[in-house]
Amino acid sequence: MGFLRNLSAFFRPRTWKLGLKSLWLHPMRSALTVLGIFIGVASVIWLLAIGEGISKEAQRRIEDLGAENIIVRSIKPPDTSGGNFRQVDAFGVQRSEFEMIERTIPTVERVLPIREITQRFAYTGNPNIQPIDGRLVGCTDEYAEVTRLFVARGHFLQPIEIERAKSVCVIAANLSEKLFPSEDPLNKQIYLPEKKEYFRIIGVLHPRNATAAIGGSLAAQDFSNDIYIPITTMRQKMGDMEVKRTGGSFSAKSFELSQITIQVKSVDDVRRTAELVKATLMASNVNRQDIAVVVPYELLEQARMTRLMFMLFMGLIAAISLIVGGIGIMNIMLATVTERTREIGIRRALGGKRSDIVLQFLVETISLSVVGGIVGIIGGLFCSPTVYYAREAIKTFAPTMYASIPDDAKIMTPEIVPFSIPVAFCISVMVGVFFGLYPAYRAAQMDPIEALRHE
Amino acid sequence: MKPNIIDVPTASTQRMAAVIRDLKKHYFLKSETVRALRGVSFDVPEGDYVAIMGPSGSGKSTLLNLLGCLDRPTFGSFILGTDDVAQMNDDELSYIRASRIGFVFQSYNLIAQLSVVENIEVPLYYTGRLNAQSRQRSVELATMVGLGERLDHRPTQLSGGQQQRVAIARSLVNDPYFILADEATGNLDSVTTEEILALFQRLNDEGRTIIMVTHEDEVAAHAKRVIRLKDGQIQVDERVKDRCVFTPEQIETISANAKQKEQV
Repeated sequence: MGFLRNLSAFFRPRTWKLGLKSLWLHPMRSALTVLGIFIGVASVIWLLAIGEGISKEAQRRIEDLGAENIIVRSIKPPDTSGGNFRQVDAFGVQRSEFEMIERTIPTVERVLPIREITQRFAYTGNPNIQPIDGRLVGCTDEYAEVTRLFVARGHFLQPIEIERAKSVCVIAANLSEKLFPSEDPLNKQIYLPEKKEYFRIIGVLHPRNATAAIGGSLAAQDFSNDIYIPITTMRQKMGDMEVKRTGGSFSAKSFELSQITIQVKSVDDVRRTAELVKATLMASNVNRQDIAVVVPYELLEQARMTRLMFMLFMGLIAAISLIVGGIGIMNIMLATVTERTREIGIRRALGGKRSDIVLQFLVETISLSVVGGIVGIIGGLFCSPTVYYAREAIKTFAPTMYASIPDDAKIMTPEIVPFSIPVAFCISVMVGVFFGLYPAYRAAQMDPIEALRHE
Repeated sequence: MKPNIIDVPTASTQRMAAVIRDLKKHYFLKSETVRALRGVSFDVPEGDYVAIMGPSGSGKSTLLNLLGCLDRPTFGSFILGTDDVAQMNDDELSYIRASRIGFVFQSYNLIAQLSVVENIEVPLYYTGRLNAQSRQRSVELATMVGLGERLDHRPTQLSGGQQQRVAIARSLVNDPYFILADEATGNLDSVTTEEILALFQRLNDEGRTIIMVTHEDEVAAHAKRVIRLKDGQIQVDERVKDRCVFTPEQIETISANAKQKEQV
């Protein structure tokens, strides 16, 4: 490493001026070499930003479930009884269990009972409106707070309405738009043709993104076609049996609650409480298959691990593209060295040491890679707007293709990871040094006499 | 650098630019050993103007490479000032080239991406003596060889004669012990050759030592002394009897003509 002895020359502005001048002799060639590094550096920043965006999105969805919550879902076991609905077995979380958890576990702040059934919703006041399939959710007044629903107009279910089992409901924003395109939904009656029931609308919610899918028991929850009614009303008017008629056959299921959401007083107690909840629910049967206990807090931890893996993977891809860029530099510099054999001979004859020659070529490769690095960083900063416009362009020009894009990619916004910028820059400099060393060494080892004779 | 242990002739009071003693150079090829130089000895006093001549294969180029410190002899010594160059390593030789020898090549060998002044400065760059004063000195040298108005030109924008004058200015910038000219007029027409030879004479008159390798008798006739090589040995080493010397008037005319030519 003779050039290390020459560090003072390395920091002389003239050395760099000279290097840039030599590169400027072949602008096209230099530009293409820079492009290689540009792509490498930009892809480091891009891939990390996109990875970060996706994992942040996943994390947000999990956080929407509530880190301090424990969710118990009812799962319908595989049908064994045949079509006879007189023998339908009840499954899932029971009201008694709900009460037991609420009463016996001290770290529990509150427990929400939730019962969901699929229903068809209609508005009879406007004959042009087709009925819409959606989810009828029986819940309590605290549901809005715990699941972070926000009311845009009117109000959410009130305790008094729960207590008296009123026929009132709160509807999701999307449903409201579809059923009441030109009317004020408040105080209108929603009709459930399957149950022949009317519910008066007392509130409309803000639009809301879907939450994370949780392991097997819960598909990604889509809140767009929800109607919320008091759980007491649901029990009175609909019972525990849900009968579906598909074509000529019936299917029936019987469950008391489809979910209970347990809010724990402090996040630190979540794990312990989850154990207690499991023990309570599994007291009668350890191999109980009709419920699933989901702890978003644990999912969050998993998501963090996944994120780390993701970053590593993205980093690896980016590293490969940087190496490709580096090989580009090496290739060009080897060509340059051969082409400039004569110049090397002259410089050696005029007193240039081997280390001076090494330095000269290293300065050129470092210049190339640093320029590539800087341009790459600038390109990297354009990640978010580019992704945004690319998405908009796909949406306008290829709507079918857009529809097939996964949801994550649709709403994800890339987030530039701050450390990726200095790291990308340092790597680009290192690539310049590493891939420049061999050509520079080749140049320095030339015999000056031979080099001078070279045509 | 090692102190000189070889006896430098002291009989003469004249200082020596270079002392060559029994210089041998052998090339070891696969099947045979080529003895390119078989013991060459001579002195070059300061202010001398030597032409080295010889047919191809005579060891002329080998001697040139050794004199230029581009190569090391197999045997013998080459004393520059007080140092035996024959014993030096690559970096030391580089330093000697940068500080004590002024090269003028047949094909000018300017660096294409540098301007006239920057080309002149290259040897200083490698000895780390680049500063404002050295820049001024480079400009003075460029002016001296008649290129004061083309300081920012690139070699490709200059004629052959102009390029060779830049090369001569470059060879002077480090104040060398001697100028080593390798067929310096080989690529030039007769008018320009005269121009360059007149410049060499002027420099020699000012006290510069010049060693010139050539195969043209007319060119060698301008030197004070001719060394003829044959088969790796000195055949003749003699003073030039009827030396061609430009009179001051001739030098005037030549430089006037050169100026005129450039303006056209």
